[in-house]
Amino acid sequence: MYRYDEFDHAFVSARVAQFRDQVERRLSGEIAEDAFRPLRLMNGVYLQLHAYMLRVAIPYGTLNAKQMRMLAHIARKYDRGYGHFTTRQNIQYNWPKLSDTPDILTDLASVEMHAIQTSGNCIRNVTADHFAGAAADEAADPRPYAEILRQWSSVHPEFSFLPRKFKIAVTGSEHDRAAIQVHDIGLQLKKNDKGELGFAVWVGGGQGRTPLLAKKIRDFLPEEDLLSYTTAIVRVYNLHGRRDNKYKARIKILVHETGVEELTRQIEAEFVHLKDGELKLPDQDIAAITNYFAPPALPERPEGWANLAAWKKADEGFARWVQQNVHPHKNPDYASVTISLKPIGGIPGDATDSQMDLVADLAEEYAFDEIRISHEQNIIFPHVAIADLEPLYRALQPAGLGTANAGLITDIIACPGLDYCALANARSIPVAQELSTRFGSAERQAEIGELKIKISGCINACGHHHVGHIGLLGVEKKGAELYQITLGGSADENSSIGEIIGRGFEPEKVTDAVETVVNTYLAIRTHASERFIDTYRRVGPQPFKDALYGPSSKAA
Amino acid sequence: MIYKVLTANRLGDGIAVWLNASGEWTTSLQEALVARHAEAEASLEAIGKRDFAANKVLDVNLVEVEEDGETIRPIRLRERIRAEGPTVGYGENAYAPTRAA
Repeated sequence: MYRYDEFDHAFVSARVAQFRDQVERRLSGEIAEDAFRPLRLMNGVYLQLHAYMLRVAIPYGTLNAKQMRMLAHIARKYDRGYGHFTTRQNIQYNWPKLSDTPDILTDLASVEMHAIQTSGNCIRNVTADHFAGAAADEAADPRPYAEILRQWSSVHPEFSFLPRKFKIAVTGSEHDRAAIQVHDIGLQLKKNDKGELGFAVWVGGGQGRTPLLAKKIRDFLPEEDLLSYTTAIVRVYNLHGRRDNKYKARIKILVHETGVEELTRQIEAEFVHLKDGELKLPDQDIAAITNYFAPPALPERPEGWANLAAWKKADEGFARWVQQNVHPHKNPDYASVTISLKPIGGIPGDATDSQMDLVADLAEEYAFDEIRISHEQNIIFPHVAIADLEPLYRALQPAGLGTANAGLITDIIACPGLDYCALANARSIPVAQELSTRFGSAERQAEIGELKIKISGCINACGHHHVGHIGLLGVEKKGAELYQITLGGSADENSSIGEIIGRGFEPEKVTDAVETVVNTYLAIRTHASERFIDTYRRVGPQPFKDALYGPSSKAA
Repeated sequence: MIYKVLTANRLGDGIAVWLNASGEWTTSLQEALVARHAEAEASLEAIGKRDFAANKVLDVNLVEVEEDGETIRPIRLRERIRAEGPTVGYGENAYAPTRAA
């Protein structure tokens, strides 16, 4: 993984010292809140319902054991013994004192981490496929390019005060695991006919109040043009993006209002000026960054396959875990493992300090010191020998980290919702817990198959409800919570925005409503391998609407 | 009847607080001073502005409450959760039953 150079160390240390001074002056009353608020937000410190919240960046979701241990240490020393992994592959702490935040940032800097640009109208943490560098189906590891984008975008003077926040995602595979079509810029690393690397470039996707899918504006951008083309996009957005209305300020609205052809023309015109300038990426620079992400030397471990068959036969639970949570690796003796942060009845994305410590220990023992956080709020070990799967599972299981549900109905994305968030209108976590409990049986989950439920506690859609196969949006109506159901959303290479199915459901009825949707699917699917999303696309909303509201209902 | 209490978050740790009858910020809603008429509300607002300006608290707001005997209950769910904490467990206690709010 990337290691800080002298410049990075000096920059982050200087930033911590600067923030320490700002916090001291704020606490002494020298700086008023109006002046301090943008300063704390630039360093990831929000104010939520109960306390401050600190959001720490995990660049493209990649970290090592030492860094994970530091996240555990911070949870233990400065917070309440846990953290929440987010859909931007970051971690949030819910209870830090403002007065402790400089010390927290100092501790983070000691392991090459920070909280810069985890808030504000700037380019946020660049996200990537959580199986990057390991997946059998990728053209190349997208993380070197995510790192190049990180370096370019960090305190970029031109792009620190954009009309609104700006999110970039990068994937290296045709099968999109990074939700690139619902990002401001989505990049798909690919090879052309000559075997050269470049990117399909998507622009103007996003969720929130106005969910829109990105438009592809380049099918193949040579890798050397990554920064010049991205600069052209963000420059056009910075110039023309709407600053008069916060709700219309994202680039998706600019794309929508300008039209993709005209906006592409403007971007290409800007790109002409930048193309062969200082932003052109020299091969040696790409190679130097790529070297940081060289996969570990993976010794041959062919014994794994014979052992695996025997272990699976002996333990049904292990067999299920392998079936769901183990993903093919480039090296046939290895696999990528999803460590579920969705225990049945638990809180999506939360991990205790002791769980984080255990993950760090196991990463060193079994995973070549490499850890990833997925945008689906799970932990990934990208490189695990097949021969080590069973002992890894045995170590995860007692700590509540061995749930075999990756991609299944209980692998729910949920934002913190009204239990924590100052923006939320309704709770997300209790809804997720009740759904998880209702559908928790292994047999039932296996019968249902791949089904992604995503829950947001407000229209800002941090819980990605618009792209859930089943999405739940919590709203406040007449002072009470109500949950609107959307169906048919998806965030992969066939992305779609879910459709609102009808009137919302009260908290005590929403689990039954989801169960009705699921039972309807099971009754009408053509065969067991037809996934929920496939069935929905085949039949549309009406059968689900009939089941929920009665046969006379009209599609929403 | 619907009345008002004054709430904010403490500067140093961000913890939710309410103004009590002694003019101090307390972490318990049940100790809050309830304003039962417009003049009392105006007085609370003035104290809120003063303490915000004095950098004691931030995000100062008057919020609606009702009284059930001795108990003060915010009208909005958001404020009930602010007063009582998350309705779900967390950390080692993540599986605790959801509290009614």
